[in-house]
Amino acid sequence: MSAYVLRQLQVLVSSLGEFARTPWATILTVGVIGITLALPTLLYILVTNAEQVTSGWHGNAQISLFLNSDTDTERTGAVVARIRDHDKVDQARVITAEQALLEFKQLSGFGRALDMLPDNPLPTSIVVIPHKDAVTPAELQKLVDELTKLPGIDAAQLDMEWVQRFRVILSLASRTIVVLSVLLALAVTFIISNTIRLAVLGRREEIEIIKLIGGTDRFIRRPFLYSGTLQGLLGAIAAVILIVLIVQLLNGPVTVLAKLYDSGFRLIGLTAPEMLGVCAIGGGLGWLASRWSVGRHLAEIQPT
Amino acid sequence: MIHFSQVTKRYANGYEALKRVSFTIERGEMAFLTGHSGAGKSTLLKLITLIERSTRGQIIVNNKNLAKLRRSRIPHLRREIGVVFQDHKLLDDRTVFDNVALPLVVAGLGHQDTSRRVRAALDKVGLLGKEKLYPITLSGGEQQRVGIARAVANRPSLLLADEPTGNLDAELSNEIIGLFQHFNQHGVTVLVATHERRHIHRLNKRVLELKNGELIHGGDPQR
Repeated sequence: MSAYVLRQLQVLVSSLGEFARTPWATILTVGVIGITLALPTLLYILVTNAEQVTSGWHGNAQISLFLNSDTDTERTGAVVARIRDHDKVDQARVITAEQALLEFKQLSGFGRALDMLPDNPLPTSIVVIPHKDAVTPAELQKLVDELTKLPGIDAAQLDMEWVQRFRVILSLASRTIVVLSVLLALAVTFIISNTIRLAVLGRREEIEIIKLIGGTDRFIRRPFLYSGTLQGLLGAIAAVILIVLIVQLLNGPVTVLAKLYDSGFRLIGLTAPEMLGVCAIGGGLGWLASRWSVGRHLAEIQPT
Repeated sequence: MIHFSQVTKRYANGYEALKRVSFTIERGEMAFLTGHSGAGKSTLLKLITLIERSTRGQIIVNNKNLAKLRRSRIPHLRREIGVVFQDHKLLDDRTVFDNVALPLVVAGLGHQDTSRRVRAALDKVGLLGKEKLYPITLSGGEQQRVGIARAVANRPSLLLADEPTGNLDAELSNEIIGLFQHFNQHGVTVLVATHERRHIHRLNKRVLELKNGELIHGGDPQR
């Protein structure tokens, strides 16, 4: 067993030595893999950050409840009290029909025309700001349904279209990342399998001789698997370094922008487990690509 | 050790390289395989190491029926057989030591055992002290001896040689044949393919002669 481990280490060292002997080719390959892996990772970071930002925007969702016209002040007060008691409600504020009319006169510019109306056409309304816990559209919709059932409430309106649209855009972006990741993972696979293909063909004679003296396919495959896996892993490390640099670069302007909106927001980069994840994906793709490539070409090389 | 029974090899283009060849080589025996070039000598050796598979007939090597040997077991068969090639088939970018060590590394031998056996093999062929050199810096005879050291490094029970003296002068080729004789005296079964009749007359060993793919001398009686 220790001889086996020693053998693996030998192959590992000789693979690294191979890279050191051809530094330029190695840098090019690792660089291409690094950039290819960095692209989807960067998009992932942007979307995670955007989700982080919008999760603080629950305050933007507000519910307007319109009361029946025959609801008097006393009953309005009772309803507001019940609404305030609801555990999903943060604030509730009454806007009387008179206040609404006044505001509408000021904002609409129809002041004179409205004076000619015999009655005030606007209903009394209650503006409800949901509690911070109720963030998701489903939760908000449930709250609206519950509030609508209260006595005296005629209709309800949820003002959160903008947030909802943004959420949809984000989920679209997430899906784009998935598709893009798959494509770029394929690209990495092709890059690595091509370098491995060249390596296999370049060592054709050696492979033939090793087969002649009793080398198993597994033995012949091993250095190529190491080489491919290492390329993927080094590429992933390059990608992580790139991402860290980019996040550093963007954080200055982002902080300034956040300050303008009175926010202490900072870009969140890759966490340690995420970095390990990128490395695992890089190494895994390298292994798969070299396995596939060596398998294809090894069968073609037979001693004669 | 080697048993051929009615073996025929036909290549994909229809050419019949061997026709109903039957012979037996006992364990510990040394034999020459002779015949003109194109008579089927190389094909016969390739069948023994499963570089080619026979079209018909039965081949048994070291108690293994080759027709029933799975592809994944071929490397293990080859480890029991040392092969010396006419063109040496050495790796030019590796030292003499690494070339001779290759079959041992392939077989998964530990570092110390490998080192010991490589030195022993190089000692037998008279090249101890040249293990750090690259094959390209050696003479033709020395390169062939590196090839022989590699073939015997893993202590095979069977040694095959395909025209091992092909490119060497008389004195060097006598030396090479002498080495095979030496290994045979230590219990290794040896089969040497050569078209040089000189060695055959000199050594008085068993001779198998091929002509146009047919074994005309030294084979088993036809059944």
